[in-house]
Amino acid sequence: MKAKIIKKTDISSFLDRLVKDYEVFAPVEKEGLINFERISSGNEALFDCPNTKMSPKQFLFPQSETLFSYSSTKDTCELEVPPGPEKPQLIFGIRPCDAMSFTLLDKVFGGDFKDPYYLNRRANTIVVSIGCLSPKATCFCTSVGGGPFSTEGSDILLIGIGDKYVVQIVSDNGTKLLDKKGLEDAGKEKLDLAAGVIKKTEAAMNPGVETEGLKEKLDNSFDDPIWQELTEKCLGCGVCTYLCPSCHCFDIVDEAADSGGKRIRLWDSCQFPLFTLQASGFNPRPTVKERFRQRVMHKFSYLLDSCGQIGCVGCGRCITECPVNLDIRQVLNSIAQLEGVK
Amino acid sequence: MQELTNMIREVARDLLKQKSVDLIIGFAQGTMPLCSTPCFVRQDDEVDRLIWDSFCENNLAKYLVKRSNKIAIVAKGCDTRAVVELIKENQISRDQIVIIGIPCQGMVDRRLVESALNGKEIQEAEEMNGELIIKGKIFEKVLNRDEFLCLSCKTCTHRNPVIYDILVGDPVTEIDTKPYLDVAKFEALTPEEQGEYFSREFAKCIRCYACRNACPLCYCQECFVDSSKPQWIGKTTNASDTAIFHIMRAFHLAGRCVECGACERACPMGVDIRKLNRKLSKDVKERFDYEAGLSLEQVAPLSTFQPDDSEDFMLHP
Repeated sequence: MKAKIIKKTDISSFLDRLVKDYEVFAPVEKEGLINFERISSGNEALFDCPNTKMSPKQFLFPQSETLFSYSSTKDTCELEVPPGPEKPQLIFGIRPCDAMSFTLLDKVFGGDFKDPYYLNRRANTIVVSIGCLSPKATCFCTSVGGGPFSTEGSDILLIGIGDKYVVQIVSDNGTKLLDKKGLEDAGKEKLDLAAGVIKKTEAAMNPGVETEGLKEKLDNSFDDPIWQELTEKCLGCGVCTYLCPSCHCFDIVDEAADSGGKRIRLWDSCQFPLFTLQASGFNPRPTVKERFRQRVMHKFSYLLDSCGQIGCVGCGRCITECPVNLDIRQVLNSIAQLEGVK
Repeated sequence: MQELTNMIREVARDLLKQKSVDLIIGFAQGTMPLCSTPCFVRQDDEVDRLIWDSFCENNLAKYLVKRSNKIAIVAKGCDTRAVVELIKENQISRDQIVIIGIPCQGMVDRRLVESALNGKEIQEAEEMNGELIIKGKIFEKVLNRDEFLCLSCKTCTHRNPVIYDILVGDPVTEIDTKPYLDVAKFEALTPEEQGEYFSREFAKCIRCYACRNACPLCYCQECFVDSSKPQWIGKTTNASDTAIFHIMRAFHLAGRCVECGACERACPMGVDIRKLNRKLSKDVKERFDYEAGLSLEQVAPLSTFQPDDSEDFMLHP
């Protein structure tokens, strides 16, 4: 493992130097909400805070983005694609769960169909994550292939040991970022301390959900009446999908006025009735039962088929923020415990 | 609270046994501390899932619409007001429901409690004699529950059920509060200040529609924001589109909003959604002497017309 060492008190000035070359985003408290915001100096960033309300997926996949704008006259039509970002962006202080969601988004937007908007942003993004020292009771990253110190999706991972961070370099981009920054190598003693912290934190995590054999259970329980029971309280709002770091479904709309307009891509939610409403008026997912089932199936079955990865990173946002406490862990465990279903 | 829980279960068991209802909608224990969750009981052996505590914050009237069977609903003051409105608006018939009314002492806002703990995680919580005993990994704190009530409960003037078939628990004293004091304060601001306030609040909105979907009176078959022919408003979080969504929703709820605050509690982003609704409730109260959801007989002012209605807003040539 390639790793450097930095004092926690030096992080702020380290960020100050990065602000010159990157658009730096970090957790910031604003009007009572902790969210990733653009910072202009290191002391604005929060290091030891609960996970952000919104996931950082918006930096790769914004809630709404103009794909192109157009204007036309009687004889001409001009298209304009918005220019890409001027500076590369650096997301600092992201949690390993959220960073892991980027590996899923990479597969979705960079698979058979290459999405230039996403890929351009991704190529211009550096991810510096901070290992999670205090996973909440609602966290279950270890159940879905991640962990509080997972390096998946990160370029650099900071592991807190006392008053210092072990700076683990994960990718070439991470190496480049630390080039000529004058950080000392982390010696064996510090690495051992970091390993101890990781082990202790992982051991203290809640059991979460059992995902072994879950896909088969889900595939075989599509028509099970339990879905009615599990989803009866669902309000059908978009909280779970909009706050989720992995949810990535989108809609495309045209906003037109007179002879000009723009085509916009925006987040969509499988929980909304419009998501599958067909032009004929028929809706194959007419109630919250079919819609919530879709969310679970997409995450824990279909994405395994199409991307080889679960569409959930266990961040727990959908659990803590659901207005009616529809807890995805309960849903998954109920399916796992179904008898008579393979 | 345990006493109320036991009484609710007893009532529920009787109703199911006598086959008076097919379904009981109440609350069950949630999966997090300080959290209860809506619960649907159809069988005798599920009755013990029902509970009552200070975290029964959802407005269960939401679940009454579009049901054809006979339902019992566990209802606080605000839930009963929503039931009244739904009956008046022909969304459910009175003889289809059995209202188990619960005098309410106000619900505790989990987020307020969390914010008083500076980000420390609550692992366990207990309620005892008006106090909340909060335990975390390395702390224990005792809080006065009344200081952590939901905002809507602090201004509530109808804690007791306004309509019920079975009353569980003793009626509570209504809060002696000057109604709409918060709105009056807001009205005293300049229009610019008011505009700035709303711009700041709506900027937080992510258009997840949790407010609309949690609202017991938002039951339109097709919400105007979802209409595509014509498309009334844009779908992005553009400031004017978001503002139109909130303003139109508030107007559609004028004279109908029962001020339960379900919208605000459902909002993940902490948008002050009630401000607009409260302002309109105050206007309706002052102009028509009407409060939504208080009686089945009183005619809803905005869905009726009388020839001698004041029409001073008309511009005569």
